[in-house]
Amino acid sequence: MEALEIARWQFGITTVYHFLMVPLTIGLGLLVAVMQTMWHRTGKDHYLRMTKFWGKLFLINFIMGVATGLVQEFQFGMAWSEYSRFVGDVFGAPLAMEALLAFFVESTFLGLWIFGWGRLPRVIHLLSLWAAVLASVFSAYFILVANSWMQHPVGVEMVDGRPVMVDAWAVFTNNTALVAFPHTVFGALAVAGAFLLGISWYHLWKRRHDGLDTVGPDGAVVVGNGSGSRDTTDHKVWLRSARAGAVVAMIAFAGTGITGDLQGKLMFDQQPMKMAAAEAACHDGTGFSILSVGNLGAQSCDDITAVIEVPGVLSFLANGDFTTEVKGVNTLLPEYQEKYGTTLPDDPMYGERAGTEIDYLPVMEVTYWGFRIMIGFGAIAAGAAAVALWVLRRGTVPESRWLMRLAVFGILAPFGANSAGWIFTEMGRQPFVVAPNPDPSGIDSVFMFTAAAVSPGVSLAELVASLIVLTSVYAVLLVVEVKLLFTYVRGGTASAMPELAHQDEASRPQPDRKDDGDVLAFAY
Amino acid sequence: MTEALPTLWFVLIAVLWAGYLFLEGFDLGVGMLMKLMARNDTQRRVLLNTVGPVWDGNEVWLVTAVGATFAAFPHWYASLLSALYLPFLVVLLGLIFRAVAFEWRGKRDSDAWRNRWDWAIAIGSFTAAAGIGAALALTTTGLPLDADGNRVGGAFAWATAPAFLGAAAVVLFCLVHAAAFLALKTEGGVRGQADRLFRRLLPLAMVPFVGWALLVQADTGSVVTWLVVVLAVVAFVAAHRSSTAGRDGRAFAALGVGMLALVGSIFGAVFPVVLPSTLDDAFDLTTQNAASSPYTLGLMSVVACFGLPLVLAYQAWTYWVFRRRVSEASIPAAHAITAL
Ligand code: HDD
Ligand code: HEM
Ligand code: HEM
Repeated sequence: MEALEIARWQFGITTVYHFLMVPLTIGLGLLVAVMQTMWHRTGKDHYLRMTKFWGKLFLINFIMGVATGLVQEFQFGMAWSEYSRFVGDVFGAPLAMEALLAFFVESTFLGLWIFGWGRLPRVIHLLSLWAAVLASVFSAYFILVANSWMQHPVGVEMVDGRPVMVDAWAVFTNNTALVAFPHTVFGALAVAGAFLLGISWYHLWKRRHDGLDTVGPDGAVVVGNGSGSRDTTDHKVWLRSARAGAVVAMIAFAGTGITGDLQGKLMFDQQPMKMAAAEAACHDGTGFSILSVGNLGAQSCDDITAVIEVPGVLSFLANGDFTTEVKGVNTLLPEYQEKYGTTLPDDPMYGERAGTEIDYLPVMEVTYWGFRIMIGFGAIAAGAAAVALWVLRRGTVPESRWLMRLAVFGILAPFGANSAGWIFTEMGRQPFVVAPNPDPSGIDSVFMFTAAAVSPGVSLAELVASLIVLTSVYAVLLVVEVKLLFTYVRGGTASAMPELAHQDEASRPQPDRKDDGDVLAFAY
Repeated sequence: MTEALPTLWFVLIAVLWAGYLFLEGFDLGVGMLMKLMARNDTQRRVLLNTVGPVWDGNEVWLVTAVGATFAAFPHWYASLLSALYLPFLVVLLGLIFRAVAFEWRGKRDSDAWRNRWDWAIAIGSFTAAAGIGAALALTTTGLPLDADGNRVGGAFAWATAPAFLGAAAVVLFCLVHAAAFLALKTEGGVRGQADRLFRRLLPLAMVPFVGWALLVQADTGSVVTWLVVVLAVVAFVAAHRSSTAGRDGRAFAALGVGMLALVGSIFGAVFPVVLPSTLDDAFDLTTQNAASSPYTLGLMSVVACFGLPLVLAYQAWTYWVFRRRVSEASIPAAHAITAL
């Protein structure tokens, strides 16, 4: 193993991990803000319970996003110092702006929201949540600007071998970023939708399982009134959440599809090799492969056969028509070799790799399946949501334990789609960390090989140590997080509103009671 | 004008670090005091709730300081972070555990659970403070960097006397600062304890910080920066006096002013060097050779110009919203979550 490989594994693991928390933070945050807005406008009890319950889960997850995000901020300098020196002039700016304009708002106003129940005027309290949530969306924009510049370097000139920003407008309105941003936000909503649906399904099922809710002769639900938090309002909480989740999941998938199509068209221009590899398209053609077999990992295209191929679709993805031939790997390879060289330059920055042959083909198994898993898992979640919405028309769910498990398990699908999307995007860019763009709007001479990006002074031992430590810490924390989420989910709304569990209606404290008495309305 | 931009950014980054130490200083200290001072669970929860609404906002000062360094001085960012690979790893681990512990500690009603996370908060706060102290001291006293800004001498080349001095300086400062903060923010038993701790700790605790400042002054200090160190010491004396006189607010402010003065004297003395090389002065990173282009610095200046005052305004407002003292009586009972 070499330092470069370890550094790549570490980067991949820590960012994929960060991005498990991120979409739930963004998606669920938006939905909780809508719930609280509904409560604010209608004053209805079930909206308050929804806000509190989903808000609790949101917070348990949010904190992991913060903790893992910190690592991201530092690791460019720690493990990728050559990269940081090379891109610093353009890349640091969106990162710094993200912190200054988004993270400050996010963390400060979330603190106000968490501790502000009963202390802030209601409108201010609601606006605090909106500020925090919109700031997290805004933070996504900034970081995607940074990332998109690596995919499509614009707005720079080369000075002394380094890109120097000359046009900030071009960097911040990079077309790659403008489509990646809505794509990512829709992807986040897909996660939140499935999350709402799966968990609410569990509670609706549990109410039936416990004999609270029954089904009348016409198939419609007969809502039962249990004790504590399990009254009729409780049923409303889960039914509304389930329906909202299903609708959000479907809209989100449509959104990712439309924006993803735009991204694909850009990508065919900007990084043709990435898209050819995503299609396992060896020869020029128009057909989209639904199943390709052969040894995809062979790093050579000759032994891959498309078993099922839909003619014309590839051209449609790339160009919007059905006939234009799209360049395949076998055509692109010589083009890349001619433009960017066949071997890594004899420069000390490449270390032992100097002079070795460059492999321009990304790992095709990853790009091919990454692309299909992204779309496939998203589609599965959306299809399931449509079915769920239909099942829910009678106001409850079937008693089947098996179906309930499937609904809960289905929460994982959009998470998988998101990870697959990133892994495809980032690994499809290899062997470049900053990808050159043949497309005229990008700058073809601005690129950097990943092999040159790693910190020269950092030893293999340090990287191995940090990889092991971070990965094991992450594994432990993930187990704790999931366990905590399960505990809170099982406790239902009473886990977020303890007053529901052991008090009857009359003596329940008001949710927005001022705490100028003695006891804090909320405390750690 | 464009020549002044790197200087402006040097000042801004010094301000961000000073702001970070001032704000997160007390919540790191409160974290350590969870195990050093608080006697029972209620007291620990009092401590926790004094910083509960604000610690994350304080931590973003660090994220911004680091991000701004990346944007304005990429070579400084790259050399410092890669040279101090292990110390920053320790800082990150500390911050990770601390962050999740804040949020998760009260999420299960079990003593063993809470105890585990209390340790996470205490140790996490300690390692974060120590690592950042070491990093700041080293960026002002130097690291063995070659002509390309890369560390020579292996993974522990940073482990020198200034590193430990800086670590001690920041850890001890955080503890005193937290004591002053708690005296100001709590009521009852905790307040008395914090008050006494502050007076007992202050005289000794600031010694390493002043020592670090003097170390830098001895090398590159000017008359002005020497005077600022003297000012800081005067402020510490005033802090002690105010505390004896029962003026908690003044004591807290004086300590803070003293710390800001020390940071000012240190950054003032090293300017224009941002990261000296101990191998050869020619390899020093300076505000000129480590900086981004004037265009980028100009863009960032515009953003900082309206961004930073805004941050100060709404963070100040948060402190005002949560200005009430916390006491043991104001802590609600813990509750267990039971499956339905
Ligand atoms: C599309 C969205 C997205 C992406 C691609 C990334 N992040 Fe992130 N990040 C967020 C969206 C986000 C967020 C939703 O805004 C988080 C999650 C939880 C939170 O507090 O904010 C966050 C948290 C977060 C924090 C903690 C902020 C705090 O203390 O409040 C830092 C320092 C970073 N991120 C930095 C990064 C870096 C350097 C990335 C690049 C590798 C990165 N993130 C990828
Ligand atoms: C949060 C979502 C992200 C995920 C899941 C992700 C995933 C990955 C993965 C899997 C790799 C390794 C690729 C390989 O080694 O073959 C990688 C590399 C990299 N990514 Fe990302 N990435 C994300 C966001 C970003 C962002 C927002 C940036 C920059 C702003 C970024 C910058 C990089 C860099 C610098 C590398 C270099 C290391 C390498 O190429 O191996 N990534 N990323
Ligand atoms: C019809 C459906 C979809 C299409 C055509 C599509 C297309 C694409 C394309 C072309 C990229 C690569 C962009 C690049 O390399 O920069 C991408 C990236 C990505 N996709 Fe999708 N996608 C679809 C569905 C989904 C779904 C359902 C999700 C998640 C729920 C998702 C999440 C992502 C993520 C997180 C990325 C990486 C970030 C980015 O570049 O925006 N996609 N998608």
